[in-house]
Amino acid sequence: MNTKTVNHKAWWLVAPVVVLVAFNAVIPLMTVVNYSVQETFGENVFFFEGVKWFEQILRSPRFHESLQRSLLFTAIVLAIEVPLGVAIALTMPRKGPWVSVCLVLMAMPLLIPWNVVGAMWNILALPDIGLLGHTLNAIGIDYNFTRQPLSAWATLIAMDVWHWTSLVVLLAYAGLSAIPDAYYQAAKIDGASRWAVFRYIQLPKMKRVLTIAILLRFMDSFMIYTEAIVVTGGGPGNSTTVLSIDLVKVALGQFDLGPAAAMSLIYFLIILLLSWIFYTVMTKDEQS
Amino acid sequence: MKRYAWLVPALYIVFVLLPIYWLLNMSFKTTNEILGSFTLWPQEFTLDNYRKIFTDPTWYRGYLNSISYVVINTVLSVTVALPAAYAFSRYRFLGDKHLFFWLLTNRMAPPAVFALPFFQLYSAIGLFDTRLAVALAHCLFNIPLAVWILEGFMSSVPKELDETAFVDGYPFWRFFVRIFIPTIAAGIGVAAFFCFMFSWVELLLAKTLTAVDAKPIAATMTRTASTSGYELGLLAAAGALTIVPGAFVIYFVRNYIAKGFALGRV
Amino acid sequence: MARIGLKNLRHSYREHPAADADWAVKRLDVEWAEGSANALLGPSGCGKTTLLNIISGLLRPTEGAVYFGARDVTAAPPDARNIAQVFQFPVVYDTMSVFDNLAFPLRNRGVPAAQVEKRVREIAALLDLEPMLMQRAAGLTADGKQKISLGRGLVRDDVNVIMFDEPLTVIDPHLKWRLRGKLKELHQRLRPTMIYVTHDQTEALTFADQVLVMNEGTVVQSGTPVELFERPRHTFVGHFIGSPGMNVLPATFDNGVARFAGHVVHIAAPLKVPQDGARLEIGVRPEFVRFAEKGIAVRILKVADSGRYRIVDTMADAEPPATATIIKLLVAEGTALPSGRAFLKFDPAYTQLYVDGWIAG
Repeated sequence: MNTKTVNHKAWWLVAPVVVLVAFNAVIPLMTVVNYSVQETFGENVFFFEGVKWFEQILRSPRFHESLQRSLLFTAIVLAIEVPLGVAIALTMPRKGPWVSVCLVLMAMPLLIPWNVVGAMWNILALPDIGLLGHTLNAIGIDYNFTRQPLSAWATLIAMDVWHWTSLVVLLAYAGLSAIPDAYYQAAKIDGASRWAVFRYIQLPKMKRVLTIAILLRFMDSFMIYTEAIVVTGGGPGNSTTVLSIDLVKVALGQFDLGPAAAMSLIYFLIILLLSWIFYTVMTKDEQS
Repeated sequence: MKRYAWLVPALYIVFVLLPIYWLLNMSFKTTNEILGSFTLWPQEFTLDNYRKIFTDPTWYRGYLNSISYVVINTVLSVTVALPAAYAFSRYRFLGDKHLFFWLLTNRMAPPAVFALPFFQLYSAIGLFDTRLAVALAHCLFNIPLAVWILEGFMSSVPKELDETAFVDGYPFWRFFVRIFIPTIAAGIGVAAFFCFMFSWVELLLAKTLTAVDAKPIAATMTRTASTSGYELGLLAAAGALTIVPGAFVIYFVRNYIAKGFALGRV
Repeated sequence: MARIGLKNLRHSYREHPAADADWAVKRLDVEWAEGSANALLGPSGCGKTTLLNIISGLLRPTEGAVYFGARDVTAAPPDARNIAQVFQFPVVYDTMSVFDNLAFPLRNRGVPAAQVEKRVREIAALLDLEPMLMQRAAGLTADGKQKISLGRGLVRDDVNVIMFDEPLTVIDPHLKWRLRGKLKELHQRLRPTMIYVTHDQTEALTFADQVLVMNEGTVVQSGTPVELFERPRHTFVGHFIGSPGMNVLPATFDNGVARFAGHVVHIAAPLKVPQDGARLEIGVRPEFVRFAEKGIAVRILKVADSGRYRIVDTMADAEPPATATIIKLLVAEGTALPSGRAFLKFDPAYTQLYVDGWIAG
């Protein structure tokens, strides 16, 4: 494609970006690292504590429970959203007036502020007066998301599926649109079945797009905060307290700077590690 | 089987629209009606909730604040991203690959991790409770995104364009502004759209960095408490109004949505 | 293999075609013999790809019928017509091996494994793909992938016609001639009916026994490469084929004699008398123009060297320079050239008269 010339003066072009991002990333990160290895008794009195906070967090059952909840949530949500998104993309019209309508309507959940998403589902799920809550109870399902952990989980998952599946749909749709007609024509001529077309043409050609979709969904669902806290508040009890909710509770609620900082770093590292693993596994084939 | 394929997207769209419809439904009801009974459409249709929002400063200021910082952030992010993306696209320089990768990792940082440090940082520099603070904070993940998107579009523009302009005697900035930018106009549109989107919807940092003056609409909404039952109609109306800018933006870029997601890199 | 026939065919992409220009393919009747190698030659937008898609069944014609042998297949979908098509860019199943790619059409039709194995190896040998049979198809070069595309068409022994839609477009120039040679060889060996669509005259003329030249949706001429070269029925064919193309000179006609720039031009074939007001032209290829002692007075403009011969551009004295047509002629290497002024003679056996573009003698 374009061969790049070596030019170190290009740093001037990149400088503003580096300044702005580093300001927001490096300084806070340094703060976090700083706190994670110190203990404070308030008013700028700090004692170096080494890895004490890290040990405490890594041994704390509360941390592990939150972590497990996050992992479980992410796993369920990925398992639903990716196949569903792909299925919808496959069945959407490729040409004609309905295409724009479909895309616009499907994109709507993506542009709603996350707290409003949470509020919407909260209102929707209210057992007596919410559309979902009332209907479920009316047909005999005992549903109350403020009191039953299972209902709370179901609501949380339904909300995330409602909120984010469209992202997978849009990405998958873009990937599918890029497949030239000739492939479908050749498959027709070869007598391939619908399933064979999917398996040998569509899926391989969507691989890059799907990698991005899965990676984005993994990262974002693992980091979820605002929607979750607005809809269930982490409850009932702490049954839906995922990692980020717990972290904010500890940091801003309890103002335990040390443990909060240590937890933050562990959290960040977990994401980096898992993302890297995902990415490597999914792009493995491209190396050949 | 194929004849019923259209049911899949159709059902999904119904699913998407239901909660929005419910929200709208609530927003046109009085609090009494909401708490008293379950109805599929307002028995006593009222515009009171909306009226309150448009007339009460604490409410509409929230919207103005949100729109302000989103616009500031979008303009800022795209503006600084443009030269940087050009550099990544056209030049090799010391540490370029690492720098690019580092930029992308910022997208992977949980906002929850930054809540407290940001609070302290922006307080320390005296920007707490300003719209500028939120706009700057959102740069953390929007700038890398904008750089990534723009670099993709720029890479598909042949270098010959640059070289021709330089041979013709254009100084760099004149070339960049008058020739290059119009060429990647679609890319700028896509980048701006995504920056707008992610800044508009993000609220943890927006709430953490503001208190009264620059309070985004999100904070105002939580003030009315969701499950308490009071002012549910008001809450619903406020929520409904936050969907409007988004719907507006989508409508304008509707022709580019599919294309936008099909970035050169994707 | 089958004889392909198109009867009364017309196609428009518009719902309600009104003007002539709305028709992508204007009325045509064509027959291609069984086992023949044919080319559809024409510039971009002339309708050749539309025609190809009508034959393969990917497109349903607005009017007319398509016959394979005696069978009317106009309503039949592509997989019911038993055709094979090679596209402009290689279409292979990336995740499968070369072997599986070639076996795919057979397996989809339930052919037993032993036969599949035998047939695939046979075709792979023909196409020089044997060493790569177990490799992943995605790893091959463009010409290798095109061979796989071709192979998938050849493995089936019930194929009526193999169609090529500008298949050498993405192949590197130095591999093009190899692939072309391979196609010719395949045709000699297996004798399938082949239809090859292209805008490149070299490809068409070297590959095909019968060439259909198309322009703006109509078949302008159908014939062997030699016929097209020596006796173009339309000035378009004259322009399009041959490098350089035919000389087209403004002419007049009176008393049964054609003239150019005042000089009489002898034409061997019997002439049809043109109507009044028609546009008259004389066509003669540079190969058939020679310097002579006397004839049409010209002055020499420039000489270009083209390898084995030289192309000489001349202009007739009798024509005003602003509107004069350049007359080209080919002169063999080593022959002495007159300088400045000279006389030209056209070979009557290969000079034609055109009325409104169409041949009249």
